[in-house]
Amino acid sequence: MEASKSSRGRFGMHGGQYMPETLMNAVTELEEAYGHYKDDPDFNNELSGLFNDYAGRPSRLFFAEKMTEDLGGAKIYLKREDLNHTGSHKINNVLGQALLAKKMGKTRLIAETGAGQHGVATATAAALLGLECVVFMGKLDTERQALNVYRMKLLGAQVVPVESGTATLKDAVSEAMREWTNRISDTHYCLGSVMGPHPFPTIVRDFQSVISKEIKTQILEKEGRFPDAVLACVGGGSNAIGAFYHFIEDRQVRLIGCEAAGRGVDTKDTAATIATGRPGIFHGMKSYFCQDEFGQIAPVYSISAGLDYPGIGPEHAWLHDIKRAEYVAVTDEEAVCAFEYLSKTEGIIPAIESAHAVAHAIKIAPGMDKDKIMVINISGRGDKDCAAIARYRGEDIHE
Amino acid sequence: MSNIAKAFEDKKAFIAFITAGYPDAEISKDIIRAAAEAGADIIEIGIPFSDPTAEGPVIQAANAAALAGGITTDKIFDMVEELRRDISIPLCFMTYANVVYSYGTGSEDFIKKCAQTGIDGIILPDVPFEEKQEFDEVCRRHEVDFISLVAPTSKERISMIAGEASGFVYVVSSLGVTGVRNEITTDIGGMVSLIKEATDVPCAVGFGISTPEQAKKMASLSDGAIVGSAIIKIISGHGKDAPAKVYEYVKEMADAVHSAH
Repeated sequence: MEASKSSRGRFGMHGGQYMPETLMNAVTELEEAYGHYKDDPDFNNELSGLFNDYAGRPSRLFFAEKMTEDLGGAKIYLKREDLNHTGSHKINNVLGQALLAKKMGKTRLIAETGAGQHGVATATAAALLGLECVVFMGKLDTERQALNVYRMKLLGAQVVPVESGTATLKDAVSEAMREWTNRISDTHYCLGSVMGPHPFPTIVRDFQSVISKEIKTQILEKEGRFPDAVLACVGGGSNAIGAFYHFIEDRQVRLIGCEAAGRGVDTKDTAATIATGRPGIFHGMKSYFCQDEFGQIAPVYSISAGLDYPGIGPEHAWLHDIKRAEYVAVTDEEAVCAFEYLSKTEGIIPAIESAHAVAHAIKIAPGMDKDKIMVINISGRGDKDCAAIARYRGEDIHE
Repeated sequence: MSNIAKAFEDKKAFIAFITAGYPDAEISKDIIRAAAEAGADIIEIGIPFSDPTAEGPVIQAANAAALAGGITTDKIFDMVEELRRDISIPLCFMTYANVVYSYGTGSEDFIKKCAQTGIDGIILPDVPFEEKQEFDEVCRRHEVDFISLVAPTSKERISMIAGEASGFVYVVSSLGVTGVRNEITTDIGGMVSLIKEATDVPCAVGFGISTPEQAKKMASLSDGAIVGSAIIKIISGHGKDAPAKVYEYVKEMADAVHSAH
């Protein structure tokens, strides 16, 4: 069935604004404000200043020589989003949205978080720009990522543990949406991924697209040509769309999104949306979702709290439909092996989320010719995951 | 005129919301019968959803409990078929877009089945005006009313929404999610006059209403009152005795609404 003619923010059949009426003027206001500021030179100068001087951009593009030699195939480059302030790509989007919220006269940010990376980034931006901050986090995740809870509090944010549903990321999103309907006039919902109702998937993509913009410049400098493949992990999909965006028109560049298969796509313990989901409408958007035959959203699972989400951003759903990007599933075990591999081989501990992309690179790089070039987006650093991975390997370590 | 619109003829309407399958399928059928016997003019049957983003804690808990008890959309259609043997007042479904969109081969299957089983309208709180066409068009074809909502933040959107409304216009009384409130501070009268300028379709106020006084007041400002969380609260406290308790409560509320001018 076709989407409504009046619908805005479509990526093929996906996207839209499936939101309570109470929030419609708020998302329209946001759309108008963003439409104004996105081409405003002052806004963009201010944001570039924050990106460079505060977040440490541009992030490096590192030639992983030992990994390349070891795998014996494609030349591997790592885009080092893990080196950003707060330790992941999340800061790109958050600085953009926080600045936008401030221009709109909002004084309070609310956000959802899974692993805590987006929550920490939002709390950071709120501290920097003098905004109040409330972060919703699944109760289970507050326990899995206790250190990030402390970090958010240290940065002055209030952390609300969410006990409803599966007490994970999707429930944190639902609760943040509920809070937004309750308090709109002074509050901006700083959504952390390329999901939710229009204009969020577009806004978040634009702020994250700095990643592929930099990759383009950096790889041209180093290799004099574009890469043959760009790999990134996908939960909601913000680091992936950021890494893909400026290559979408360059059809020769393979774009590969790595989803969390959890214990396997043939088990119930998975979060691989493209592999196991079907079209649906949830959290403000039409896209692919893991769900049962009656449209009840499935409780998903992944070792990575940041990929533990039953949906995928609408632009990824569309890139999948038109076959411009490929989506593959990577299991917990493969991701943990890649986490250990990159640490030992290159001295870089990746976030367990990013390790999903590393794992797929390990699979495909040996089969590629030596003159091929691959870029893996290392979306975050893995310090936060060390205790959990140690426990996965049977060591009794707690933070 | 649709059955729903007829329910507002010559009187103010009391609309009761009941979560299907809560506390279990059998008792919830009896609760729906009790509400109809007690004088409810329309019943909104809630099809539980795993992630009901417009609901407060009371209805969220009822949704979770009903799903854990094994209720499904198909079982609810069966319930409606059975209930239609002894209930003639209009029945609506209140659920979320995905329950409709993901049913069978799509929304058309769901809405066709609504028409077949005797459901008069559907309310989808996560489908605003801009997205309604894909549902509303099918609804119109099958003579099921697609109910539109207006909120305290709707302002200039009210005339656009009301102008295309069918069945009744659901006036959301307050910001936030469903749930009992001590006070409703929104200018309901102002919202209602904007609706009336745009349509002849009746309007009823919901969100936050629990006492007969509130219900009467809201009905006097509009064409009716909708009560959900307060009923679910009664159900959650009374298990097997819930139908009798709901009967008492609905009777008191319906009487109050019917006495409004």
